[in-house]
Amino acid sequence: MSMNKVLEKKLLEPLSGNHAVAYAVRDCDVDVISAYPITPQTTIVEKLAEFVASGELDAEFLHVESEHSALSAAIGAAASGARAFTATSSQGLALMYEVLFIASGMRIPMVMALVTRALSAPINIWNDHSDLMASQDTGWIQLVSTNNQEAYDFIIIGYKLSEREDVMLPVMVALDGYIQSHTIEPVQLEDPEKVRKFVPKKKRPVTLDPEKPVSFGTLGDPDWYYEFKIQQAEALERAYQAYKEVSSEFSQYFGRSYEPFQILYGEDSDAILVVLGAHTGTFLKAVEMARREGMKIGLGVIRMLRPFPPEVSKYLSQYSFIGVADKAINFGSASGSYLTNDIATSLYLEGASSRITTYIYGIGGRPVKIEDALYVVRHLWRISKRLEEVPKKPVFVGVRY
Amino acid sequence: MKKPGVKDLYIGAVIINPPTSLTNKTGSWRVIRPVIDQDRCIRCRICWAYCPDAAILELDQPYEAGGKKYSITYVVNYDYCKGCGICAAECPVKAIKMIPEVEKL
Amino acid sequence: MRYEIIFHGRGGQGAVTAAEIMAYAAILSGLYAQAFPEFGAERRGAPVKAYFRVDDKEPIYERNPVERPDMIAVLDEGLILRLHPPIYTNLKSNGWIIINSSRDPEKLRDVVERKDVKIAVVNATSIALELFKRPIVNTTIIGALMKVFNVIPMENIEKAIRSKFQKDVAEINIKAIKKGYENTVVIE
Repeated sequence: MSMNKVLEKKLLEPLSGNHAVAYAVRDCDVDVISAYPITPQTTIVEKLAEFVASGELDAEFLHVESEHSALSAAIGAAASGARAFTATSSQGLALMYEVLFIASGMRIPMVMALVTRALSAPINIWNDHSDLMASQDTGWIQLVSTNNQEAYDFIIIGYKLSEREDVMLPVMVALDGYIQSHTIEPVQLEDPEKVRKFVPKKKRPVTLDPEKPVSFGTLGDPDWYYEFKIQQAEALERAYQAYKEVSSEFSQYFGRSYEPFQILYGEDSDAILVVLGAHTGTFLKAVEMARREGMKIGLGVIRMLRPFPPEVSKYLSQYSFIGVADKAINFGSASGSYLTNDIATSLYLEGASSRITTYIYGIGGRPVKIEDALYVVRHLWRISKRLEEVPKKPVFVGVRY
Repeated sequence: MKKPGVKDLYIGAVIINPPTSLTNKTGSWRVIRPVIDQDRCIRCRICWAYCPDAAILELDQPYEAGGKKYSITYVVNYDYCKGCGICAAECPVKAIKMIPEVEKL
Repeated sequence: MRYEIIFHGRGGQGAVTAAEIMAYAAILSGLYAQAFPEFGAERRGAPVKAYFRVDDKEPIYERNPVERPDMIAVLDEGLILRLHPPIYTNLKSNGWIIINSSRDPEKLRDVVERKDVKIAVVNATSIALELFKRPIVNTTIIGALMKVFNVIPMENIEKAIRSKFQKDVAEINIKAIKKGYENTVVIE
């Protein structure tokens, strides 16, 4: 089963995930790039610096002293009407933390690439989703790519979505550190002219403009703050429908489309394993192997993490058993997993009684072997056949005790 | 009158019709008020520059004092002056005095 | 058909770039391909692995490290002689070991404990020292493996090199590939 039809007739570019992002930023004709280097994000901004130096991209490249400044400068640029971009990973995102809320609260349209990486301590430069998950409540739209083509496409979709007047929120596009960022795979690059036609620059009604002064970043005292926050919450909710519209327009332009939540092999399955990010493909492989052994397990792929897609509960409530594979630990929370918390809440609100098993995997870059993915799929199958109890705590795949 | 709500306000707390602060007359916050001694004032502009509320006004109003002629006069805009006293503290010739508001009554 | 190669080298020898060149060339040939390093060990001298997958029919979804390679390309013979368990332990039966070595190929055959695999030997270090004045052996090793690997046309390897390196560097690397190809001794 094809996740997306990448290789059709046309020859594709061999690109790392980071370079795919840089090409997308170039093709969107971004005006201001403001970033601070951090592993594994660095090659995105290196490539963009090359584009700016060679004149391939007419943009201001701001060299800032920290990620806090990188995002702050991007906000300023975007408030003045420019199309702004930044990228970061892990500790960089953590240092941006307070500014993340400011970007979404000020309703700043922009795109940030998050090359996911584990958070310290202990120091770890490898991949997991602890940075992505810990930023899910900052008011940003979060799109999570599963391959480098999606990383390219989501940047383009991201600008269109972010700049819609009914949305006006920043978009974070996640790609997995190393597993995508440093992996070469085929990517369909689009004609920059066509991309720019898809994401035309429009003059926004209100920007920082000396000719027509306005104030951004104002005080919201108890008499006013609440209303702005409700506006923001409603806009993030609207972003779901807006995404579907943008995505369908994207598919008319470029022939590829991505559902916020996609189920593969759902029809005859006894249970669904929900995943997101780069190892979606590894789990798909494992699901296909298990199905050949007669284990009817399906795969649910989350590509939109915020706003959390309403169809997740609608689809999943049809199954008695759900598995959730999360590459981050949500310390001390009800389920121990960010994804499980969301899925369980949405199922409960739907009135469903599906039982959830959480699988934590790939923490701190622990390699995910095919047998790890198979272990998860087989374990979930045994649960669905009632050969095993639903564990109350997450199953930590591959940890040593 | 109903205050603007979720559906009325411009997003992101952006103020699109500045200067809205003019409607907020902060002069009522004042406990002590600055009074400028025009004879002593040397028109150095320091109070005007230091005032955090831009409540010192520079008027095109000639004034003669101690044989000197000035083309401008500084006055306090009591609608917005909060009485912080920075002008009095900064004045190099001590031409500004802070007087308790109660004396006015 | 799926074909998987692991490049074993030491930081600085270009194992990661070798896998990338193979993926470039495969994608330029209209094939599905994937190349990625064993992440994070970017230190000169440290053992480095880089993975390359290619498939002429099916898209490559999985991102687990290559576990049962069809071929291993060894950029530093020390890696094959000194590590335990040997790096060819999981090599598929009938698979290939491509080795950079100055030793007599027949003697190397005796050292490798697996008798169900095939070996190709090239003295890549001497070729690299001659051409680059430095022991960067990755492209010479690509030349050697191309002798026994016919999924990708040689002209696309050259195209990949030209798109990855600047002109002078590209030409000298193409020379290294040709020399590697010509000087490889294959032991079935």
